[in-house]
Amino acid sequence: MLNAIWLILLASGIVVAAINGNIEVVTVAALGAARGAVQVCFDLIGIMALWLGIMRIAEQAGMVQALARLMKPLLIRLFPSVPPNHPAMGAIILNLSANILGLGNAATPFGMKAMQELQKLNHGSNEASPAMCTFLAMNTSCITLIPATIIGVRLSFGSSNPVEIVGPCIFATGIAMFLAVTLDYWFRKYSPWRR
Amino acid sequence: MFYSLLTLVSKWAIPVLLFVIPVFGYLRKVPVYESFVEGAEEGFTTAVKIIPFLVGMMVAISVFRASGAMDFISHCLSPLTSRAGVPSEVLPLAIMRPLSGSAVLGLATELMKSFGPDSFIGRISSVMQGTTDTTFFVLTVYFGAVGIKKYRYAIVTGLTADITGFLASVYICNLLFS
Repeated sequence: MLNAIWLILLASGIVVAAINGNIEVVTVAALGAARGAVQVCFDLIGIMALWLGIMRIAEQAGMVQALARLMKPLLIRLFPSVPPNHPAMGAIILNLSANILGLGNAATPFGMKAMQELQKLNHGSNEASPAMCTFLAMNTSCITLIPATIIGVRLSFGSSNPVEIVGPCIFATGIAMFLAVTLDYWFRKYSPWRR
Repeated sequence: MFYSLLTLVSKWAIPVLLFVIPVFGYLRKVPVYESFVEGAEEGFTTAVKIIPFLVGMMVAISVFRASGAMDFISHCLSPLTSRAGVPSEVLPLAIMRPLSGSAVLGLATELMKSFGPDSFIGRISSVMQGTTDTTFFVLTVYFGAVGIKKYRYAIVTGLTADITGFLASVYICNLLFS
């Protein structure tokens, strides 16, 4: 699936550029994106270090575990394959909270931490576990209460009501999240992909 | 009122976390600085691990967009989608939504510049920007961090969420703003 999508993106781009007679944009785009990707990772290093450091303090103070205990009834239903007191649960709940609050740069480090914890339960496989798929289904569709970036853009172009889109955003992403979690449940239980 | 509350929360969230967690940790006798450094150490290795995954994905997406293939697809789709109440101008945004967050922000900003933030196009592109996360970025980064190469059904779920988010945005904007 991923192999096909990756190939289609790359190959269709090159074919269209060739037909349009501007094949040189392919070279520029490819090299620029390769450099840009490394830039993104380097920018992540500092943010990752900051939030993982803060998270370690919160873990040792018992705050993460307390939060996970609070959300336990929900978490054990969503992630039946993860032991209820596993550290993955704490990282998952931190990631989702950060996403909901619109703290994108804190969400990514917590999410990666959650994935590392889930990978420990995955016996070193290079294939995604059902819990990982559920976590990412929630993550890619997560509700954001404060879409701060777009509110800022609207404000900068002189919108008379920059926040009027918040309600519609929550509505649309709420439906998307509900469907993603339901579909994930179906895949996990009934699809040919289940284990 | 609502707006000032939102800006207040987004302005204070990070400083409050950076204050409350270390202070609480200190009260619970956690060696705060040592713990911080210990946790932060993992940041570097994790970030470096995702480089190959991100290079692969960003190169393909960038070629797809820069070559005109994306415009071609949105041109082909527009007669179909305009019947469903989607202005053809926002179609590239919908196609890029699962692929690249920065491209979507750029496109939304451009549309608001040309049509104004309070136009129907401006509003619908705002809602689409604020709805669902960049599926491919999330999958690449999160799976890359732990070396997962087989994503199984995660892509289908993520893309379905994107399509649903798009249709729901179109529906709600047509209902409220047109």
